Amino acid sequence: MSEFLTVIRPSPRFHLGLKELWDYRELIISLVEREIKVRYKQTLIGVLWVVIQPLATMTIFTLFFGRLAKIPSGELPYPIFALSGVILWSYFASALSGASHSLVEHKPLLSKIYFPRLALPLSAVCVGVVDFGINLILLITLMIGYGVTPHFTLIFAPIFLVLTMLTALSVGLWLAALNAFYRDVRYVIPFLIQLWMFASPVVYPSSIVPERWQWVFALNPMVGLIEGFRWCISGHGALPSLMLFSMGVILILLIGGIAYFRHIERTLADWI
Amino acid sequence: MSQTPIIQIVELSKKYRIRPRERYIAARERLNLILTRPWKAFRFSARETFWALRDISFEVEEGEVIGIIGRNGAGKTTLLKLLSRITEPTEGYAILRGRVGSLLEVGTGFHPELTGRENIYFNGVLLGMSKEEVRRKLDEIVEFANVGEFLDMPIKHYSSGMAFRLAFSVAAHLEPEILIVDEVLAVGDIEFQKKCLNKMEEVSRRAGRTVLLVSHQLNQIRQLCTRVVWLEAGRIRMIGPTLEVTAAYEKSITSEDERLSPGQRTSSQKGSFRRWRLIQPSEAPHILSTFGPVSVEFQLEINKPLRGLVHGVALMTLDQRVLWSTYNNFTSLKPGVYHLLYNFEMLPLNTGMYLWRVSLYDEDGLVDVWDGLPYMEVQLPNFQHMYDNWIGPMNLPHRKEVRYEESLYPTTIS
Repeated sequence: MSEFLTVIRPSPRFHLGLKELWDYRELIISLVEREIKVRYKQTLIGVLWVVIQPLATMTIFTLFFGRLAKIPSGELPYPIFALSGVILWSYFASALSGASHSLVEHKPLLSKIYFPRLALPLSAVCVGVVDFGINLILLITLMIGYGVTPHFTLIFAPIFLVLTMLTALSVGLWLAALNAFYRDVRYVIPFLIQLWMFASPVVYPSSIVPERWQWVFALNPMVGLIEGFRWCISGHGALPSLMLFSMGVILILLIGGIAYFRHIERTLADWI
Repeated sequence: MSQTPIIQIVELSKKYRIRPRERYIAARERLNLILTRPWKAFRFSARETFWALRDISFEVEEGEVIGIIGRNGAGKTTLLKLLSRITEPTEGYAILRGRVGSLLEVGTGFHPELTGRENIYFNGVLLGMSKEEVRRKLDEIVEFANVGEFLDMPIKHYSSGMAFRLAFSVAAHLEPEILIVDEVLAVGDIEFQKKCLNKMEEVSRRAGRTVLLVSHQLNQIRQLCTRVVWLEAGRIRMIGPTLEVTAAYEKSITSEDERLSPGQRTSSQKGSFRRWRLIQPSEAPHILSTFGPVSVEFQLEINKPLRGLVHGVALMTLDQRVLWSTYNNFTSLKPGVYHLLYNFEMLPLNTGMYLWRVSLYDEDGLVDVWDGLPYMEVQLPNFQHMYDNWIGPMNLPHRKEVRYEESLYPTTIS
C-alpha cells in the first residue's frame, strides 16, 4: 500500500492549507498557461492588444488630465507618469477581476474534480504577469524616448508586482467567494474597480491629497504601491512613509480572505 | 486476507438544503431577511433539509471492484462526490489509503480552442498526473484515442466522438491506486465503449487497482465488479456479491409496488399513460418468456378532447439505447380510457431488463411521456455467443446448417 492517505471528514474551522497548495503547483502553472494560451487565440492582432490598451489610455489621460486639467506630475513628464500608473493599475484591475470571477467561471471544474480551490484565484492573478512584463518594457522604451533614465532601483519592480498581486488576491478572494453565492457581485466588480482607480494615484500624484487626510488615503494599499512603483522605475519622488501601513492592511485582508475562502470552499460545489 | 482495508467508510452522511429557489439568492433578499428577521436568516429548519446520504459504512479491500447501483436520487453520485472530495460530508468520515483518481465526467476542463495535445496535458494534470507522467504516456494516449493527425488541431474541430475518445484515453492512462468512476461509459460509440471496458478490466485485474464504479448498466456491473453496493434513499439497502445484489435490485425495480406514481413525471393535465402489460402471452404481465407472438398494451387516459395527436412508442435498453421505435398520428381523441395495442410476430430479445417508453403530443406540445414501469423482464433461452462482449440485444432463434459444395473441389484426388 502506498504512502498516500486521504481522510475525508467535516473539516476544522480554521485551516489555511498552504502546503497542499504547494503540492498542486503543477496544476496552478497549467491553469495559468491555459489561460494565457486561450486569451489571444482567434484574435487578429493577438499580443499587440497588450500594448495598445495602455498606450491608448496613456494618450487619453495625457490629453485630458495632463494638458487640459494640468494635473501636476512631479519631475516626470506626464505621459510617463500616467503610463507607469496605468500599467501597474491595469495589471491590478485584470488580476482582481480575474480572481473575482475565477470560481464562477470554472464551475464545471469545481463540481467534477477535486483540487484546492485556492488554485483558481491564485492562477487568475498570475495570468496578467506576462502582460505586465511586456508593458514594463514598453514603459522603459518610452522613458528613454522622453529622456528619463531608468534608475537602478528598477530592480525592485518585481517586489511591487508581487505586492500588487497579493493585494488583488486578498480582495479577489473575498469577491470570488461572495460571487459564488450571490451573482450580484458580478455587476459590482467593474464598478468597484473604476471607483478604486480614481481613489488611487493613477492620474494624479498623491501629494495633491491634503496632509491630514493622507492616512485615510493610505488605507488604500494601491496608493503606496503605485507611488512606490514610480519611485522604483525613475528614482524620482520618495517611497511613501505610509507604505508599511498599506502592507498591514493587505496582510489582514489576505489572511482573512484565505480563511473565509477555505471555509466556503468545503461545500462550494453544493452551492455554486 | 486480514490486511487494512484500502477504503474505510464510516457512518458517512451528507445533508442538503431543499430550497431550489435559494440556489441563486440575491444578496438583496438575504440582506432584507437579515434586517427584518435576523433570527430566521441563518437558520434552516429540519423541514428544509434532507439527508442525501445517511450512515453509509462499508470497507473495500485492495483490488476489489465495487459497483454502486440504485435509482436516480439514491445518493450514488453524492457518495462519489464525497469520496472524491468535491464536497465535504456533514457527518462521518472515510479513509482512503492510496492515490485517488476520480472520473466523474470525461473531458473535464477540455477547452475547445486548445489543441488535442494541449488538452491532454491540462486534463492529465487536472486528473492528478504530473506533466512528466503525461509526457511519458503521450504516445500511448494518442494511439488509444486514435486521433493521430488531429493532435495539433484545436479540438473544436473534432467530432464529438473523437473528443470523447481523447478525453477517455487520458483518463484511462491515469494510474491511481483507487479509481472512482461515475457512469462515464454511458456515452461514446459502442465500439469504443467496449474498448474502454476492456481497458478498465485489464488494468483492474492486472494492476490490482481498486475501483468504485457507478453505473446504470447492470451488464457492465456484472462484467466488472466483484461486489455491489445498492443504495436506496441515501442508505445502503444491500451489499454483497455482484450477482446476488444485482438480481435483488432487478427484482425490486420489476415488482409492482415500486411503481412511480403518475405525479412524479412530466405529464400535462390533458392526459397520461396509466399502465402497460403484455396481454399475449398472458401468464405474467411484465415478463416475456416466449419466442411466439407478443401483444403489448398501453393504457392511456385522456381528460380533455385533444387534436392533432402524435403517439410514439420505443423499446429501449435500461441504458437508454433505442432498440426499436415508431409513431402514429391520430386526428383527435375524446376524453376516456384507451388501450393502445402493439402486436409483434416475435420479440427475440436477449435476457435482461427493457423499457417501454410511450409518448403523446398534441398540437400544443407534450401531453405525456412515460417510461413504462415496471420494466419488462425477458426470460428466454439464449442463442448467443457465450462471452459478454459478444452479446447484443437481439437473441435470434436460428437453425444451423452446413453445406458442402462439391463442384469446387473435384474428388478426383483419391
